[in-house]
Amino acid sequence: MTGTGELEAVIGLEIHVQLSTRTKMFCGCELSFGDQPNVHTCPVCLAHPGVLPVPNRKAIEYALLIAAALECEVAPRSIFHRKNYFYPDSPKAYQISQFDIPIAGAGRLGDVRIHRVHLEEDAAKMIHVGESGRIQGSDASLVDFNRGGTPLVEIVTEPDLRSGAQVREWGQLLRATIKQLGVSDVNMEEGSLRCDANVSVRPSGSDRLGTKTEMKNMNSFRFIERGIEAEIARQKEVIASGGKVVQETLHFDPSTSELHSLRSKEEAHDYRYMPEPDLVPIAPTRAMLDAAAGALPELPAGRSRRYREDLAVSDSAALQLSFEVEWAEFFEGVIAHDTEIEPRAAANWVTGEFAAELRKQGDQGLSETRVTPDALGALVKLVGSKRISHASAKDVLAEMVAEGADPLEVVEERGLEQISDSGELEAIVATAIDENPKPAEQVRSGNEKAIGALVGAVMKATQGRADGGEVTRLLRRDLGL
Amino acid sequence: MIEREQVLHVARLSRLKLSEEEVAVLERELSSILDHVDRLAEIDIEGVEPTSHVVPLENVLREDLPRPSLDRRRALEGAPDPYEGAFRVPSPQAEA
Repeated sequence: MTGTGELEAVIGLEIHVQLSTRTKMFCGCELSFGDQPNVHTCPVCLAHPGVLPVPNRKAIEYALLIAAALECEVAPRSIFHRKNYFYPDSPKAYQISQFDIPIAGAGRLGDVRIHRVHLEEDAAKMIHVGESGRIQGSDASLVDFNRGGTPLVEIVTEPDLRSGAQVREWGQLLRATIKQLGVSDVNMEEGSLRCDANVSVRPSGSDRLGTKTEMKNMNSFRFIERGIEAEIARQKEVIASGGKVVQETLHFDPSTSELHSLRSKEEAHDYRYMPEPDLVPIAPTRAMLDAAAGALPELPAGRSRRYREDLAVSDSAALQLSFEVEWAEFFEGVIAHDTEIEPRAAANWVTGEFAAELRKQGDQGLSETRVTPDALGALVKLVGSKRISHASAKDVLAEMVAEGADPLEVVEERGLEQISDSGELEAIVATAIDENPKPAEQVRSGNEKAIGALVGAVMKATQGRADGGEVTRLLRRDLGL
Repeated sequence: MIEREQVLHVARLSRLKLSEEEVAVLERELSSILDHVDRLAEIDIEGVEPTSHVVPLENVLREDLPRPSLDRRRALEGAPDPYEGAFRVPSPQAEA
């Protein structure tokens, strides 16, 4: 390492997705969250002697659906392996997972390649009571097997990511995609979507990988972004000062922004994989593959492309709308109101003023609002056809959000229709110039910014019922610009 | 042949504490087992698909339908040290 060249970060992700099946991966115990400990267990998930696991058909179908969404190649025949490790969260002393032949691989989502997709079972939940202080001075752990055996799909990317921000954006796309498939709750706080990141740095443009560190289980993509940025900075510093990055597992504490090395489990990677003799291979039939392909809904990446390319929606609004299917549906309802509505303007209203007004009025969700897509469509049309000004439209919107009001009625009641009589508007403009000689003089002498004060005066006089563009045009004309 | 170090390694992975005598015995016994299994290496397997399962079955699956779980008291019957409905175990964190 010369230490002079630029360093670039190389990041790969491992994402665990808990599937929202009704039952566990290999037994009929119901999945649950937040129930009393150990009320969803049976001889299979407690690993009593002589029991046999049987895979959940739905979990296989969900995995195939994920594989299809990520444009993966599905293995004609994949098998399960035992991943051996000794820890109380795994009563069998192995996790049933997949090893050399995962159910799918070689896929892509956006600009990140997918290395593999495989099925496995989740471990039990452990509470280390000594740490949490539930039992004074104790060094015991409590094991709750409710979660043990929950179906998991692990998605492993190629090391195609280059920054914390990119990881956040891509992670959100993946999360939105999985959510859209309806195969998982993707709730990071509850652990139904968990993300580990492998981070290394190397000289820019090199195709070799540096020594990586692994960042474990961060429960929001914002934290992941910050954690990765902190780790990249740390590694660059280590190398800049002539040191070497040591392979280790790190935990990022979002409250202090500090990285802690987790005590490395010695020989942690000696899993002695062996084929699971209790399970026969999974060989997806044509019917299973067709069912997965046929069940694919329009996914965020495709929807975002359609909004941008077919509807000329701005990039940021297209992304925002695509990531949440409720918002996408609302937007489509808005433009369905009338063919005259410009989708680009409608998208800006939905993601801009409307979303802001919902937040402002009690942080309402889309499911709570009394505003229908049709009513918002009517409002957007009123602005688009210049019957009301943008300023008036914002007032109407506030009333719609507050009371579920009909925009046309509000406009009529409050007389908000724009002044369409140009003589009337010209008179008001002339008065504004007379009453505000100072800014008028400034504009005349070349300070164009001062025109804002005059526009404001006209708007005040008309109570926002004037078209801003027309007002500016008249002012400029009258002031000789 | 299996080395003493490998015996200790496997024992550590399995959290087994072995006495010196046991290590010596296991070194010998594991070696003889592996030597025996090694004889399989003499067979010509050119062109033979690796066999992970002896039964010619595929896709033996179960519908996603809940079945009753164990009553918690029964589930915990075999636990040496149950506590508040959980299996209490020595903290793996405390392990050396």
